[in-house]
Formats: sequence, C-alpha cells, structure tokens
Amino acid sequence: MVRIIGFFIGLGFVGVLLLSLIVNGVDSIKNPPPATAEEEFHLGAKDVRFASDGAFGRFDREQVQRGFQIYKEVCSACHSLKYVSFYQLKDLGYNEAEVKAIANQWAIEVPTVNPETGEPSTRKALISDRFPSPYANETAARAANNNALPPDLSLITESREGGAHYVYSLLTGYRNQQGYRNAKGQELLKEFPDVKTPAGLHFNPYFANLNIAMPPPLTSDGQVTFADGTKSTVDQMAKDVSAFLVWTAEPTLENRHRAGWVTMLFLLTATVLAYLAYRNLWANAKREVSVRGPLEPAFRERMNEQKAERGIAG
Amino acid sequence: MSFAWAKPYEPTSPFMKWVDERLPVPRLVYGAIGGGYPVPRNLNYFWNFGVLAGLALMIQIITGIVLAMHYYSYAGGAFDSVERIMRDVPAGWVLRYVHQNGASFFFAIIYIHIFRGLFYGSYKAPREMVWMLGVTIYLLMMATAFMGYVLPWGQMSYWGAQVITGFFSAIPVVGEPLRIFLLGGYAPDQAALTRFFSLHYLLPFIIAAVTILKIWALHIPGSSNPTGVDVKDEKDTLPFHPFYTAKDGFGIGVALLIFSIFIFFLPYSLGHPDNYIEANPLVTPAHIVPEWYFWPFYAILRSFTVDFILPAKLWGVLAMFSAVLVLFFLTWLDRSPVRSSSYRPVYKIFFWVLVADIIVLGYVGQAHITPLNVALGQVASAYYFLHFLIILPLVSKFERPLPLPNSISESVLHGEKQESAPFGLATTGSTTAAPAAAE
Ligand code: HEC
Repeated sequence: MVRIIGFFIGLGFVGVLLLSLIVNGVDSIKNPPPATAEEEFHLGAKDVRFASDGAFGRFDREQVQRGFQIYKEVCSACHSLKYVSFYQLKDLGYNEAEVKAIANQWAIEVPTVNPETGEPSTRKALISDRFPSPYANETAARAANNNALPPDLSLITESREGGAHYVYSLLTGYRNQQGYRNAKGQELLKEFPDVKTPAGLHFNPYFANLNIAMPPPLTSDGQVTFADGTKSTVDQMAKDVSAFLVWTAEPTLENRHRAGWVTMLFLLTATVLAYLAYRNLWANAKREVSVRGPLEPAFRERMNEQKAERGIAG
Repeated sequence: MSFAWAKPYEPTSPFMKWVDERLPVPRLVYGAIGGGYPVPRNLNYFWNFGVLAGLALMIQIITGIVLAMHYYSYAGGAFDSVERIMRDVPAGWVLRYVHQNGASFFFAIIYIHIFRGLFYGSYKAPREMVWMLGVTIYLLMMATAFMGYVLPWGQMSYWGAQVITGFFSAIPVVGEPLRIFLLGGYAPDQAALTRFFSLHYLLPFIIAAVTILKIWALHIPGSSNPTGVDVKDEKDTLPFHPFYTAKDGFGIGVALLIFSIFIFFLPYSLGHPDNYIEANPLVTPAHIVPEWYFWPFYAILRSFTVDFILPAKLWGVLAMFSAVLVLFFLTWLDRSPVRSSSYRPVYKIFFWVLVADIIVLGYVGQAHITPLNVALGQVASAYYFLHFLIILPLVSKFERPLPLPNSISESVLHGEKQESAPFGLATTGSTTAAPAAAE
C-alpha cells in the first residue's frame, strides 16, 4: 500500500517537475534573459595581502594605526563606528595618555543631557565612550548624503563578500565611466547605453550595482600625513584603512588564531594518544577472539554452565 | 540488555553496590554504554557518527545555555547583544563561534549518519523504530537550527524567517491566518523573535529526550553492522566498553580537530556576510539563501515553477516537506531483505547516484537563479523523488543480492568465505555454500 501510494505521489512530483522544466526551458529559449550590466561589468575583489590573513595572521600595528588615522581624518566625517570604544585603541599600541587625548580631541562630541536644564546637549568624548556617530540619526545622515546612508563601518569587513579585500578594491576602484571597458574589451556605455551613472552617484565597478553614492573618499596622494612617515599614496591609504577595518570588525582575531593553534596542538596530541590506545586495545580483536571481558574463557564457561542448567543447547 | 551473553553489572565497590541497589542508574549506564552492551565486532568508522552526534548535541546545549545568559531577545537589541558577546564578554567569541559553527558540525555529522543508514539499510527490520526516531530528531534539528539562525537578528535571519514562515501562506484558506498566528504579526518582529528564542531553548532538550528513546530502541536489537548479517553468537560481538569507547575516543579527537579548524581559522566560511548587517525590513538582500544544510531542500522548493492544479508555491512546499517525510517510509519502500549495500550490486549504484543528486541539489540551492541552474534543479529534484518512490521499490523487487557471509565473526576472522541468509530468511543451522562470488 505504501509503495503504491508512494509510486503515485512520486509520479505526481516528477510530472509537475518535468512540466516546469519544459515550460521554463521553452520560455528561456524564446525569451533568453537579457544580460545585465552588473553581470558583465561587476568585478570581484582585488588580490591584496593583509597581515591578518591566514591562520598565522596578526595585525600589523603600525599599519592599523595609520588606518585609524585615515578613519579619523577622512571616513569619520560620514561613517560611524558604533561597536568600537576609544579605550580599545590601546590594543593598537597607543598608551593611556594618547588614547585620552584622542578621545578628548575627537571632532564629534557625544550626545548627553545638560545636567542643569535637562536640555539635550553634547560633551567631549571619554575613553569609555564608543566612537560617536557623525549624524544624530538616519534621517540626518541621508539628508547629508544625497539620500544614501553611509553604513556603520565597525562590521563592514564581515558584512561584505571579500571583506577587507573588497573595501580596498572599492576605495581604489573609482573609474571614469566614459570609455570604460571590461576585461573582455566590451565598452560599458556601448553595450548598455542606459546604465549611465546618474547625477550624485559615482561609477565604481567593484560596487554591486556599479554606482555608489559615496564620493571617492581617497582622492590624492598626500591627503593624509602619516605620523610614522609612510608615504601616503591612495593605494597605501586604502590598504591601511582596510586593515584598520579588519581590526574593528574583529578585535579578537589574534586571540582566535593563537587559541586555535594551542587547541589544535592539544587535540592532536590527545588524538594520537587515543589512536594508540584504540589500536592497542583492538590489536587482537579483529584476528582472534579476545580473551578479555565477557569473552574470557572463564566467563564463557560460566555462561555455558548456566545455559546448560537452564537446558539451552550450545 | 540485548543479547543473552551481555555481561550483567557487578558493582566493584561497596558504594556503587549501595547506589545500585537503591537506584540502578549504574546498571543502566553499564548496560547502555558500558561493558554490558555487546556490539558487533566488525563496525567501521561510519559507526562513530552516532556518538559524534551526541557530542555535537551536548556542545550545542552547553554553549547555548551560556550564550543565552548574555543574549537579549529584543528586536532592537538582539544584534547588538551578539556583538557584545563577540567583543566584551570574556571568551564570548569562542562560545559564539563554537555554537554558530556547531550547528554545521552537527548537521555534517547527522548527514553522514543518515547516509550510513541508507547505505547499510539501518532502517530495516528490526530497527524501524530507531530509524524513525532518528528522522524525528532530524526534523527537530531543522526547526531548532532555523529558529537559532533568526536570533542574531541580522539581514539573513530576518529574511530567512520571512521566507520560511511564508511557506505557510501557500496553504489554501487557512495558510495566511496561520502564518500570522505563528509569527504573532504580519511580518517577523518582536513577537516572533521572543517565541523563536523560547522554542530554540526548548527544542534541544526535546531532541535529547528523543535521543534517549532512540538509544533505548536501538539496544533492543543492538547495533547493525557493515555486513547487515545478524549477530548470531558471542563471537560476533565485543563489549562496548572498552572496545568502542576507545574507538569513539579516537573518532571524537579527529572530529574535534576538524571542527577546530572551522572555529578558529574559518569561522565565517559557512555563514553569509549579510547576517552581519542588522535586520532591516525595508531592505531585501539581493540574494536570500539559507544555511548550507538546507540548500538541497531549498532547491526542491524553488524547482516548482508552474501552477498545475495547485499553485506552484504549494507544490514546492509540499515537495520540500515530502522530501524529508519520505524518509519515514523507507522501511516499506525498500522491500529487499538484504540490509547492507555491499551485497546489493544494483542498489549500490543508485545509492551513489542519489548522493551525487543531493550534492547537485545543494549546489542549486545556493546558486543564482539562471535558466541552467533552474533546469538542473528541476532534473535533480525529479530524480530525488524518482529514487525514493519509484526506483527503490522496483530495484528491491528485482535485484539479485550477492551471497552474504555466514556470520559476522566469520567475515571478520576468516574473510568472507561463506554465505548466510539475511534477517527473516535465516534457516536454522549454517548451510555450507560456495565461496562468495564477489570479493
Ligand atoms: C562624504 C561622506 C563619506 C565619506 C567621507 C566616506 N564615505 Fe563611505 N560611504 C558614504 C556613503 C553615502 C555610502 C553609501 C553608498 C551607497 O549605498 O551607495 C558609503 C558607503 C561606504 C561603504 C560600503 C559600500 C557597500 O558595499 O555598501 C564602505 C566600505 C565605505 N563607504 C568606506 C569608506 C571609507 C573606508 C571611508 C574613508 C576612507 C569612507 N567610506 C568615507 C559616504 C562617505
């Protein structure tokens, strides 16, 4: 009965699926889906290396400090960093006094309430504060950015395919749309004349829909003067700020790698010992009847006697 | 418990004797996973996965209880509380990564365990109940994993909840009211999040309870084995402890090593980046995909694209649920008395085709919708049902199995030289037969 019912249910599903297959197949042959500009012109993240990549990855503290400087001087005008607190900068090698100074001199103040009047007001940041947001709320942020919302950057390298590699590619990926060709040599505006970047957006083939609302934030070499004397080319700045954003997304990354190796080493030792114990115990079990436990001759004899008593043969 | 020669519990210390006489828990444990449980001596490494599944459940329960101490099921703060766990709670990131990747670890183990069962006919008499309890656990796991994925309240959490609860609205008439009732609103929101959290906390304990029933049911016939031949006498078995505890110890070591690679070096590899964006009902992600362990089912769901008598969406939902429910009926669909595929030359081929088919479905489940992927999904989904509902019953009817070994001990100790009848067809006394044809 189950088989008969099952047979018909199976036929039903298979039938409808084949029907779907035929209908879709005919449909997609008759009206093949049009190629889209995103498919043809969107680029995957560039291949760059960060010190934090790979199982032995650690932060390059100097690079991350430079990246912080770029965030401070450029990105913080539009982007918040709401999951990171000032005191965490100590992890990057700043000392207590430096961190206090950074918080105290931060351009954006922290919202608070005037203790005398109860009116909303602002105060200087303390090291226990999170980085303050440049805008009071989403509406204000959109109003200032052509109706686009600059996302919070704390988790940006985790929330985008490609992580820091993507951020780096995006920052260095602004192009002139006029005459832009992809690797196959197709010219964007010839193939898709109607995808011309609208006013207020900027063409960037690394962005999912090719047109991003963020104006190129890193535009010229020397835009930032690095404290450590590194030459601030656009490429260098993009790399450094991306490295910083890996840190903001996962300040515990180094602990994770370190704990990983310790755990692996421990487990490897334990597993080798467990394997040896297992082989040792089983050395004879496969080839001959073990002489331990219930298979022990004495035990079996006793069992046989009991069986004989109860009148069971064998 | 299961065999006449199972060693009875003999307390070694007066204390244990005292306890055992008043509350025979030591006796229970000894008979369940101690020296008192005789196990076929020829189990291969695929039999490690039952214990591993138990381990994965324990890991999830323990890390989950601690995570729940730091998590708030408040729609405006759930995402932040997860970030707090990652950043501010001491070792919170370990707990979170273990629990998050632990779900994948659990499913990977369960899938191997299920395919082991399919290959070696573990669903056949006398273990039908064991198998069905297992499928029940699998269903409960799916519900638990789905609700757990909603808790961080990221974009995929939210839109995943939207899509999955949307299945209910495919049901005619009552569907939409039912969906609203289950969600506590028109879309996932505070009400849904709180009840998902509550149920996500509850279900693992139900899984644990069903697991106990399952082990209980298993210990009546005892474990199956790679030959599928019944245990005949004492020579065929070894006591669980110390033989299989030692083997499981090694298996646990290897499994934890692999698990650790994911936790410590690839913690994001199985997740979706969109889930690090806080839920936003106004922004639909470009590409909504479930976690990898649901991909094959998602592919089946999406493969139904025409309204034929029923709306396409309803077909998809029915097919997706049937794809799991069919597992309950395997015992009756596969009538071959031979358990192990090692002796089923035709079924064995179809088994591997099925494995390939499910991998294709998994690929389609996460792929972008293109005409080719859709067609691939439709063919693979059709084959899935063809396999279970049509091929399996027919093959089991017409296939000629290879000769089975006479007994487990013979197959282990002397090579597979002699035949034996499978369960249910056993004639008393061993027949002296020709050497096995295939080796
Ligand atoms: C003038 C304001 C402004 C500045 C300065 C700025 N951004 Fe942006 N950023 C935006 C806006 C607006 C968006 C949203 C773009 C969109 O959605 O189209 C954005 C989006 C982004 C994104 C997300 C892209 C995506 O995939 O959604 C990243 C990453 C980013 N910015 C990084 C940076 C970095 C790094 C800096 C500093 C070097 C920076 N931004 C400086 C306004 C700014």
